[in-house]
Amino acid sequence: MATLVDKSKVPWWVSNLIVPLINLILALFVSGLFIFIAGENPIQAVKLIIYGSFGYIEGFAYTLYYTTNFIFTGLAFAVAFHCRLFNIGGEGQAYLGGLGVFLVAFHLGFLPLPIVWLLAIAGSALFGAAWAFIPAYLQAYRGSHVVITTIMFNFIASALMVYLLVDVIRDTNQMGPQTASVAKELWFPMFKDIAQFFGIKIRYSPLNISFFLAIIVSFLVWFLIWRTKWGYEMRAVGHNTRAAVYAGISPNRNIIIAMLISGALAGMLGVNEILGVHHRVIVNFPAGYGFTGIAVALMGRNHPIGIFLGAFLFGILYQGGSEVTFDMPNISRYMFVAVQGVIILFSGALENLFRPQIESFFVKRLNEEKVV
Amino acid sequence: MVSPILELSNINKSFGHVQANKEVSLAINKGTIHGIIGENGAGKSTLMSIVYGFYQADSGTISINGNIVNLKSPRDSIESGIGMVHQHFMLVENFSVLENIILGFEGEIVFGKKLDEAKKNLLNLCETYKLNIDLNSIISDLSVGFRQRVEILKALYRGAEILILDEPTGVLTPQEVDELFKILRSLQQEGKTIVLITHKLNEIMDLTSNVTVMRQGEIAGHKKTQLTNKEELAEMMVGRSVLLRINKSPLKKGDVVFRVNNLQVKDDLDVLRVKNVNFEINEGEILGLAGVTGNGQTELLEALSGIRKVESGEIQLFEETISDKNNFLNPKDLKEKGLAHVPEDRQRMGLITNFKANENLIFGYHHQQPFSKSSVLVESEILSYSKKVMNDYDVRPQAPNLITSNFSGGNQQKIILSRELNKNPKVLLVGQPTRGVDIGAIEFIHQRLIDMRDKGAAILLVSVELEEVLSLSDRIVVMFDGKIVGEKVNQNVTDREIGLLMAGIS
Repeated sequence: MATLVDKSKVPWWVSNLIVPLINLILALFVSGLFIFIAGENPIQAVKLIIYGSFGYIEGFAYTLYYTTNFIFTGLAFAVAFHCRLFNIGGEGQAYLGGLGVFLVAFHLGFLPLPIVWLLAIAGSALFGAAWAFIPAYLQAYRGSHVVITTIMFNFIASALMVYLLVDVIRDTNQMGPQTASVAKELWFPMFKDIAQFFGIKIRYSPLNISFFLAIIVSFLVWFLIWRTKWGYEMRAVGHNTRAAVYAGISPNRNIIIAMLISGALAGMLGVNEILGVHHRVIVNFPAGYGFTGIAVALMGRNHPIGIFLGAFLFGILYQGGSEVTFDMPNISRYMFVAVQGVIILFSGALENLFRPQIESFFVKRLNEEKVV
Repeated sequence: MVSPILELSNINKSFGHVQANKEVSLAINKGTIHGIIGENGAGKSTLMSIVYGFYQADSGTISINGNIVNLKSPRDSIESGIGMVHQHFMLVENFSVLENIILGFEGEIVFGKKLDEAKKNLLNLCETYKLNIDLNSIISDLSVGFRQRVEILKALYRGAEILILDEPTGVLTPQEVDELFKILRSLQQEGKTIVLITHKLNEIMDLTSNVTVMRQGEIAGHKKTQLTNKEELAEMMVGRSVLLRINKSPLKKGDVVFRVNNLQVKDDLDVLRVKNVNFEINEGEILGLAGVTGNGQTELLEALSGIRKVESGEIQLFEETISDKNNFLNPKDLKEKGLAHVPEDRQRMGLITNFKANENLIFGYHHQQPFSKSSVLVESEILSYSKKVMNDYDVRPQAPNLITSNFSGGNQQKIILSRELNKNPKVLLVGQPTRGVDIGAIEFIHQRLIDMRDKGAAILLVSVELEEVLSLSDRIVVMFDGKIVGEKVNQNVTDREIGLLMAGIS
């Protein structure tokens, strides 16, 4: 029988900082073993990761670009999770969100600038939310589990988007399954443009003002969950459905609201990718960010600040990882997918593996200090 | 001088800032029935959880037969001869008695020799202690009283010399309590040691030879039961003198405000649990609904409070139909019409245990002014309101930001009561208001309910505590198997009379 730790005695920083940190270190250690077996020096790999993600300004910008995407998908997962819904469908919702951005920018591009942007953001949220609505409805009123339906909806989204990109909205001037580009005036200002404005000359990176959107949205999510009636009701339903019913809070209504907001947040990934980077919809642009967002949210304990840190970590791994694969011939791109997998395994699935031991260690230590 | 079989010395245990046990020392002699009594949150359950190996003490020692033992898990305690019968039974419903008892102690992969041996031993135990249990019956077919016997048998089979019973009578009818006490006495005669945790003074007086009183985590005193009385014990528990009888002003009955006509209600499994129930409640009156747990009270209360839809019949509030087979108002609407509900099961329904106390104090009213303005929660209002009601209702500790699961049962109940009573409802539905609540808090809760009645509220009190129903109600209805089997005006009614009705014998 595992030792029972008295939860109320565990300081917040042990369960929220030390435990994730130790899980992370373990994951990195195991990853280091992989790299060693593959015939490369793990210490050298760590150096490369740090250099790649922090060592030069473009690299750091890339890190923040990835961070932006993970913030959106991490928040998306977290909002649903506060209502105890496991929204695995971030990938598909983001895909559709991108379509929303494109349609607004392409067809309403004649409107004045900030308005098109706001409408495009709204479009991404609306399309993402709409894609989440069907699983939400099925969960609320038919009892079909969202884990199953959202996974299926990822496949449906993928098939639907391929169909649209090939047969319906393809730019007919070329052969690839992609749309035409949106008007250049509508592109989000890039980080390098802003730097140039201040007289600093740097090379290309995909970082753009969507990063600020992600920060603003993080704050809004915090406000929603902990400072509004809706967040209160969602959390109530998530913690104890029977009690929610007793208090006159409708679980079904809140399941739908939480999933809509979750889908809308995932959809906003489309803003970064379409207005910021590709300027058109291309096949499979969400590229797994939706799934990684689950790990980001779990690592970040579903709190916007934690999600920011988790997103930043995965940003470092994405960017630093590509640096490693570039410089170390024995390490393929897939090796870094495995490293991410190990981190997800340790911080998500095995999250509680060492928690009791770590917590009881600190509880004992702190008690001893008090006695002294 | 008899040497104690179980001795605790200087046990300390704290949870966060709350010290649940403070320098607790206690000796229990072999072959006695030892009562431990105290308010909820006094630390009785924590202490026994330490003895049973659920928790480890922060400091202090436990000795059994004079040897210091280190109890790291329930398994260690079982091996040291300690058995525990929990308040909530730990039985697999669809297993037979035999299967439940050998669970985890099967001793063989394919049942055969060991099982036969176990059966023989169990039959012997049943014989010796007159437990009268059929080993092949399925748990879900057994009454609560019999399930408790299965728990006792399980502990004995595992070699318990010391048997701890945590609030064993809370779920029993008066007749079942008598049976239980007979069993406990015969266990004692055979040399077993029994520790009885309770908050009921009658049980202590009837059954025990020694009693230990706990207050706020400390030992308030040890007494020989023969040399003390209820009043003294109550005073030791609470730290001041307590009114054991309730002072109730004469009934000032007003108009009928709540009426139930031919009500039928089904449970989640589509089984009819409330059968053709009729009653009405007047202003300024407490209607007590007595009955053994599981006779349809839960479903009835859920239907009355707008949580469960009715099959047929209707419910009227101020002559307005609030629920019939086609429509029903939800709890939010009912609150606005002046109906409040204190649910039977506070942890599963009345509270969200991982919310902060202040979040629970506005639960169900969170959408109303001044707690939220245009859907944004007004933190400052919520906190100042929480501080005020926690003070008014003496919720301890007065920490609105503490997570609710860290409060004791009695204080959790006060959180619910303060929330539901504070709006001065016209009709109040109360389910098991004092279940698992200590005597000091019981007095407080009962007084509040009487105050509400005197202010003209119509109150439905659903309780399995017969004493509570008898002492508070103006009128009593008894429910058995989903039907109202008797109605009495509460004058010179005896618990015997009601007990027979509760058991379905009339």
